[in-house]
Amino acid sequence: MTWARLSDDLVVATMMILALAFCLYAVSMAQRTTRQRGVAKEPVTTPAAASSAAGDALEHPPEVGAPWSERTARIASVMVVMGLVLNAAAVLARGIAAERAPWGNMYEFAIVGSTAILGAYVAGLSRYPLHRLGIWVIGLVLVTLGSAVTVLYTPVDALIPVLDSYWLAIHVGAAIVSGGAFTVAAVTSAVQLFRPGRHPERDEMLERVSYGLIVFAFPVWTFAVIAGAVWAEAAWGRYWGWDPKETWAFITWVFYAAYLHAQSTAGWKGKRAAWFSIAGYIAFLFNFIGVNMWVGGLHSYAGV
Amino acid sequence: MVDEALKERDQSKSPTPTRTVYGWGWGRWAWRTLTSMRTAVILLALLALAAIPGSFLPQRNVATDPAAVPLFYRDHPTMAPWLDRLFLFDVYASPWFAAVYLLLLVSMTGCVLPRCAKLWQECRAEPTRAPTRLSRMDGHRELSVQSDRGSVLRRATEILSRRGYRVVQAPGEVRAEKGYVREVGNLMFHLSLLLLLVGMASGKLLGFEGRAALADGDTFTNVESSYDEFSRSALTRVDELTPFSVTLDGLDAEFALSGARAGEPRKFDATVTYLQADGTEKSASIKPNQPLDIEGTKLFLTGHGYAPRVTVRDGTGEVVFAGPVIFLPIENNFTSDGVVKAPNAQPTQLGFEGLFLPTAPTNEGDRSQFPGLIAPRLDLTAYTGDLGMDRGAPQSVYAIKLDGMEEVAQKQMRVGDSLELPDGAGSITFDGVSRFANFQIAYDPGKEISLVAAIFLMIGLTTSLLIRRRRVWVRATDSGPTVTVEIAGQSLTRRDLPPADLVRLERELLSLNESLERTPS
Ligand code: HEM
Repeated sequence: MTWARLSDDLVVATMMILALAFCLYAVSMAQRTTRQRGVAKEPVTTPAAASSAAGDALEHPPEVGAPWSERTARIASVMVVMGLVLNAAAVLARGIAAERAPWGNMYEFAIVGSTAILGAYVAGLSRYPLHRLGIWVIGLVLVTLGSAVTVLYTPVDALIPVLDSYWLAIHVGAAIVSGGAFTVAAVTSAVQLFRPGRHPERDEMLERVSYGLIVFAFPVWTFAVIAGAVWAEAAWGRYWGWDPKETWAFITWVFYAAYLHAQSTAGWKGKRAAWFSIAGYIAFLFNFIGVNMWVGGLHSYAGV
Repeated sequence: MVDEALKERDQSKSPTPTRTVYGWGWGRWAWRTLTSMRTAVILLALLALAAIPGSFLPQRNVATDPAAVPLFYRDHPTMAPWLDRLFLFDVYASPWFAAVYLLLLVSMTGCVLPRCAKLWQECRAEPTRAPTRLSRMDGHRELSVQSDRGSVLRRATEILSRRGYRVVQAPGEVRAEKGYVREVGNLMFHLSLLLLLVGMASGKLLGFEGRAALADGDTFTNVESSYDEFSRSALTRVDELTPFSVTLDGLDAEFALSGARAGEPRKFDATVTYLQADGTEKSASIKPNQPLDIEGTKLFLTGHGYAPRVTVRDGTGEVVFAGPVIFLPIENNFTSDGVVKAPNAQPTQLGFEGLFLPTAPTNEGDRSQFPGLIAPRLDLTAYTGDLGMDRGAPQSVYAIKLDGMEEVAQKQMRVGDSLELPDGAGSITFDGVSRFANFQIAYDPGKEISLVAAIFLMIGLTTSLLIRRRRVWVRATDSGPTVTVEIAGQSLTRRDLPPADLVRLERELLSLNESLERTPS
């Protein structure tokens, strides 16, 4: 079996185990809802029930003698860790097959991106009861991987000459790492914003997670932008040219800077700040997806 | 606790001016408002929003495609002038964009410099007193130690100094603070943004950017008139361009031949010989990601294409043009268009419009099938008449003015073919195909400044986000034979107090008990 083939199979394996984890998270959520409503019904696992239950995540801190919902979620989390390992192995195999950093086209961005998201999620998991949000994060990863294997799939190939540089590994690598953390932060901010009701304790926790992730990701993103500028200088003769890709990187950066400032501003903490996290993430996503597909510019490696 | 700390640092409480104070009062209020954190957040959001339109509309002087704005004008003749009036084709050089970032930088300086002064004072003043109710602070813990107050406090002072705290021992308590570097990092970060602006501005004001296309064997001399396009600012010294000349010796391009990505470029190098003012001649290879640097002026290979070689004879049989003609690619398979002009032809001037296909389809189609040179074909349309070149305005070398010309012949030609024009007006022969390379030539004297700014920015940012400024207090009170020791801390950043310091302090103070047991006094 070739490395390329192995990588493809590992991606499929990752998806299968994550799908299982997703179902378990859904079950856990349903268990939590039924328990809270005091209705001792059997677990509800329809997607509708799962999403209505979604917001109950995090409302209650973990209890001693963990209830069933907690246990189910924990099993799911173990599967996520396995998924992370498989996904990372897929990326590695792809890199060996291509003999370069495996992030040179949209398909590769998608599979490395999902590794980064899983990585950020697992890192957060060790400190916060994030598994209550697992369903959202894993759902997102599944969508990413799903579109990778269906619409974005590209066989292993050499790079076009402009991308053939070690700066690709540095610049895009940093962008992907920060992207993983930004993604999880976007999920926590979104739950904080869109889940109705007042749950100060839950909100406080969500905010700490978002803040922690963004404080980590912001300098990494800053570094990615600077590395990109250095590379642009080497490749095109100017380090900053307001190319659409550069512009959206800048917009992302400024929104997250606004987020950090909002967190230090009396009266802007909490929900208002969370909006900046969402805005920053939309800009980030648009840069990876929208600019590649619709806007174009010098960074014409879209090669979907 | 954190909130208290924040309030202390947050200057967003911009009080409304009191009615009794005129003049200065309003000025001060405006300044306080401008430099408040809330304004910073709003300005940052504005800056992000203001950058958006430029990514959707074609921009002058920044886009890769210089024709983008004229093209947009052609397609949207009513809307374009309005957008232009709002500077929407020059967003990043527009007054309103400048207004936002300049306000932001002023606000930032006004906000950060006073913090600089405050930091200086705080570094010289003693760490703050312990709050009365230590139990309300972070990581509070209480222990009892069999010792006397003096030794406990001395020991605590020792431990904390060893951990890098600034410590003072006061009666009954120890006050310590650490992590001032965080503020230094924060300052460094913000001030480096100013430096970055200086770097960018000096590049724009003193440097230039230009483009030149060279066919195989052509020589480029670094003077403004050799450029196909040259963008400079008011301060660019055009007469002081670094003197050199560059000859394109060869261009090597390869494309993927098979697979899903057939036709994608795989390799693309130019070999050049360059001559400098001191007479030294060297050869070099220029590739994507590997520019040629001649005393700070850099040449980048940004594109390439084909230059069909033709010979044009006029009605008298005289050769009036011979050599490669640059044809600009119009799509990914390098279907290219270009023109040949022979203004010296007798008895009538000659002009040709052409479409070049490096790999022509087997049928009559006019789109190339592959970017490589496999089955070249040149489709020419010949014109006779007046090229209009001796009348005033300079013409593009890539277009013919057709108003004074008459179409006389058309032919699809393979290498070696000739086209005889009717009425003995002349002929054109397709001799072969050369390649050309597109060079971007840039000089940016501000980029070192920007690089230094970027490094400071990174260091400052990492420091300010990684280091947590924090306070620790130890209070000792006698209670009978033992001393009750209270330990607590406070984080001065949004992030939690790292527990390690308090834990270690507790452990080491408790160890006073053990040593006491070992050596009873
Ligand atoms: C040009 C755009 C600016 C950028 C990119 C920027 C970025 C940042 C970043 C990344 C931080 C670190 C955040 C943290 O410590 O949590 C920060 C902190 C800070 N910024 Fe800015 N800033 C900008 C403008 C401003 C302005 C205009 C002001 C004042 C009005 C300001 C005042 C501050 C202050 C006081 C802090 C410290 C906050 C704290 O201690 O938590 N900044 N800034």
